[in-house]
Amino acid sequence: MFKRLSPPEATNEAVVTFRFDEQTVTARPGDTVAAALLTSGISICRSTPVSNAPRAPYCMMGVCFECLVEVDGNPNVQACQAEVRDGMHVHTQQGARRLTS
Amino acid sequence: MARRVVIVGAGFHGCSAALRLSLQGYEVTVIDKAYAGRHASGVNAGGVRRLGRHPAEIPLAVAAWERWQCMTDIVGDDCGFRPVGQVKVAENDKDMAILADRERQVRDLGFHHEVLIGRDELHRRLPALADHCPGALACDGDGFANPYRTVTAWRREAERQGVRFREGIEITAIESKGNGWRLSGGGEHFDADLLVNCAGAWAGELCKWLGEPVPLTAEAPMLMITERLSPFLGTVVGATSRPLSFKQFENGTVLIGGGVRGDVDSVRHVAETRLDGLAENADTVVSLFPFMKEARIMRTWAGVEAVMKDHIPVIGLSSQHDNVIHAFGFSAHGYQLGPITGEIVADLAMEREPKLPITPFSIQRFQTPCPE
Amino acid sequence: MITHDLVILGTGPAGMAAATTALEHGITPVVIDEQPAAGGQIYRALERTPVLDRRILGEDYWSGESLIKGLKDPQIDYRPASTVWQLTRQREIGLLHDDKAEMICARHIILATGAMERPMPIAGWTLPGVMTAGSGQILLKSAGAVPQAPVVLAGCGPLLLLLATQYLRAGVEIAAILDTTPRDRYRAALKHVPGALRNVSTLLKGVGLLRELRRAGVRHIRGVSALRAEGSGQLERVLWKQQGDDNWQTLETPTLLLHQGVIPNTQITRAVDCHHEWDEQQLAWRPRLDEWLGTDIPGIAVAGDGGGIVGAKAAAMQGQLAGLGAALALGKLTLENSTERAQPIRKALARDTAIRPFLDVLYRPAKQWRLPDDDTLACRCEEVTGGEIRRMADMGCRGPNQTKSFTRCGMGPCQGRMCGITVSELLADANQQSVEETGYYRLRPPFKPITLGQLAKAAEEG
Repeated sequence: MFKRLSPPEATNEAVVTFRFDEQTVTARPGDTVAAALLTSGISICRSTPVSNAPRAPYCMMGVCFECLVEVDGNPNVQACQAEVRDGMHVHTQQGARRLTS
Repeated sequence: MARRVVIVGAGFHGCSAALRLSLQGYEVTVIDKAYAGRHASGVNAGGVRRLGRHPAEIPLAVAAWERWQCMTDIVGDDCGFRPVGQVKVAENDKDMAILADRERQVRDLGFHHEVLIGRDELHRRLPALADHCPGALACDGDGFANPYRTVTAWRREAERQGVRFREGIEITAIESKGNGWRLSGGGEHFDADLLVNCAGAWAGELCKWLGEPVPLTAEAPMLMITERLSPFLGTVVGATSRPLSFKQFENGTVLIGGGVRGDVDSVRHVAETRLDGLAENADTVVSLFPFMKEARIMRTWAGVEAVMKDHIPVIGLSSQHDNVIHAFGFSAHGYQLGPITGEIVADLAMEREPKLPITPFSIQRFQTPCPE
Repeated sequence: MITHDLVILGTGPAGMAAATTALEHGITPVVIDEQPAAGGQIYRALERTPVLDRRILGEDYWSGESLIKGLKDPQIDYRPASTVWQLTRQREIGLLHDDKAEMICARHIILATGAMERPMPIAGWTLPGVMTAGSGQILLKSAGAVPQAPVVLAGCGPLLLLLATQYLRAGVEIAAILDTTPRDRYRAALKHVPGALRNVSTLLKGVGLLRELRRAGVRHIRGVSALRAEGSGQLERVLWKQQGDDNWQTLETPTLLLHQGVIPNTQITRAVDCHHEWDEQQLAWRPRLDEWLGTDIPGIAVAGDGGGIVGAKAAAMQGQLAGLGAALALGKLTLENSTERAQPIRKALARDTAIRPFLDVLYRPAKQWRLPDDDTLACRCEEVTGGEIRRMADMGCRGPNQTKSFTRCGMGPCQGRMCGITVSELLADANQQSVEETGYYRLRPPFKPITLGQLAKAAEEG
């Protein structure tokens, strides 16, 4: 679990808000989705398709692919590589992805 | 009688020949320049398919299919064989007419495994398929298996029967010695009473040395595989007038291939993928399963394979030497035939009439000029 | 397809220095970077970090400012947030930007794709709450984010100590540093001290970090020989053993940051099939490079940590060398001219990297941190254990491409990045053969997953 040295709300800067599952998350512009989740008390972002084990961001640099989430209906997005955008919808990714036919 | 056999090439056909020959009491050594299953045998799309075979291959494919049913009895492993069926989909009425002709042709030859199905039946079997497809040719009982696992299972069974595998040795010379052959490579010599050429894309070189050149080109069929997706496809799907083989494994990944070609780098002995071919494949997939547009490709790869001018293999005795047997050039559809190759080679080695008709596969077909 | 003179991948010190050097010699490079902001991992988020107290991240971090300024020259075609998903031996590059795929071509390419952290496969390393030290530092630099509860840092290497001091300066509570440097390493490294003295400033910085931690009274547990992370669903506690003590000791913590040094990120050089060598000193693969940092593929060079770990300063020097190499290859400089210009850089590079043998020996990760136990996951994506890989070796698998077919090890979303080196080493160990003989995964494009739709589109436009 992570906290910010100075929370975005505490500064005069503009903030970005988005949805993670049923929760509203506040972030600083330029944050990655992974950083925003980790500093908002969200520690699990997906479950594996093999054993359904919970996973969370691990490397934060695009190498490990542990932080896969669904962004605006787009599955398998690396949360540590995607920047936050106002109004975006992020979802946990459970197991294998389902494509709608 | 010949006792010592050297097989060049530890692909599926080489392993199959090795197993059958050792069961007949031969002393068998298999030599491979890389390792068992390194190229086409180990990295192909894994289709176990009678559907759409060249007429000359149908009897072999049907016999091989019977072996696939009892793989565990033969090599102690089912090789991942899943008889989920295969269909060749028609994308339009013209395709449908081609498939109807094909069904008739196969029936006329006395086989009944390929059956034409209409729109309703097709969409019942493949609910995720695009609406415009009017029907398909289906072959129940066909399916897929795991290529590398297959080669390994056959190799291990051959080893249990006493076959020696020498990997990482490239044969660089062949000379006749007494009544047999001496092969040299990697600073070693291998003496044999009987030589079996299962060298795949490199078989042409051996043929040249043996004085019977063949029109063989090394090609690189490409494959790509997606991330794991929720199950949506049981059957293996092919197209009628475009190259495609499309299947979903139990783990959810979808394998896409079916004949688009990459490049062969003959210096580095590797196959390279080509973007344009893969994109053509991607396009075919998306037109049949539109939602696949969003599916992510995880890997692409290609294997080196021997393709003959007439797209059927060379299986049979050498035309020049009575102690050489060829089994190569399966032209990117040899995987399913693997189990039967060894039986044919063993028959030939023992100077028995093979149980299956192999005349069309004689190497001599390239030696008499035939009208274009 | 548009052909550019020079394309540089990556905006760490090597990539940025290469770009400015090339520009000085009349080449206007295209610089591609996956990150939205320049700096690589070392100078990450430098232009917009919320950590404004310069003391926290330290002067080495802020020294990246001039390189970033150089990159922002309007003549440089800098393309952030662009992912490279393919590179051919003919130097065709597949790009993904804003979900759109595109192909470009280059006469010369400099890969400056840097390093990644060495995987440290301990029991429980997939639990949420267990991360890498590098990820902790990225969170600090880019989001000003630090662990909420007392954190445990475990492993060895300069980055671990640097992060600890940065946390300390930021007022973060460190529950413990579990130092895995084997005790006999200090003596072994001693003989490399005279060489390391050629780069005395770096050496002193290291000593300074240790002193700062000691003064602050951070609990620094040395000689840690075994480590496991436990918890149900997420990390709850860390357990360890110390050399010479058979008992497990425990600390409750929600955050464990692991580090076992860094290794070259060879994903792209592997995929174009450059010749790679196993570096026994650094225990990592690296592409074989010539004096201008060229690979064995004409027109493709590697600068910085991607070609073997050298550190940020040396990476920038290599970037300059590679930039000169590009100018030479593109006919902007004669051999004589480029050789002359390279000479002082080579000298400085030799001086700076003189500390490497010392660091490599001191922080050489012991076997138990590289080879997972039978029950521990080697491949995080496909959940394949060390034991399964060993069983595959018993079955006759000599190399990682053979185990792949049976276990799916290396076939998940990370495309083998996280398990590649582990599997090579596991198989080498189990088969009693060298890592070099064992080999590595054969990698092919796409380097990053790409959709079928994007692929079809890219070919149309290429």
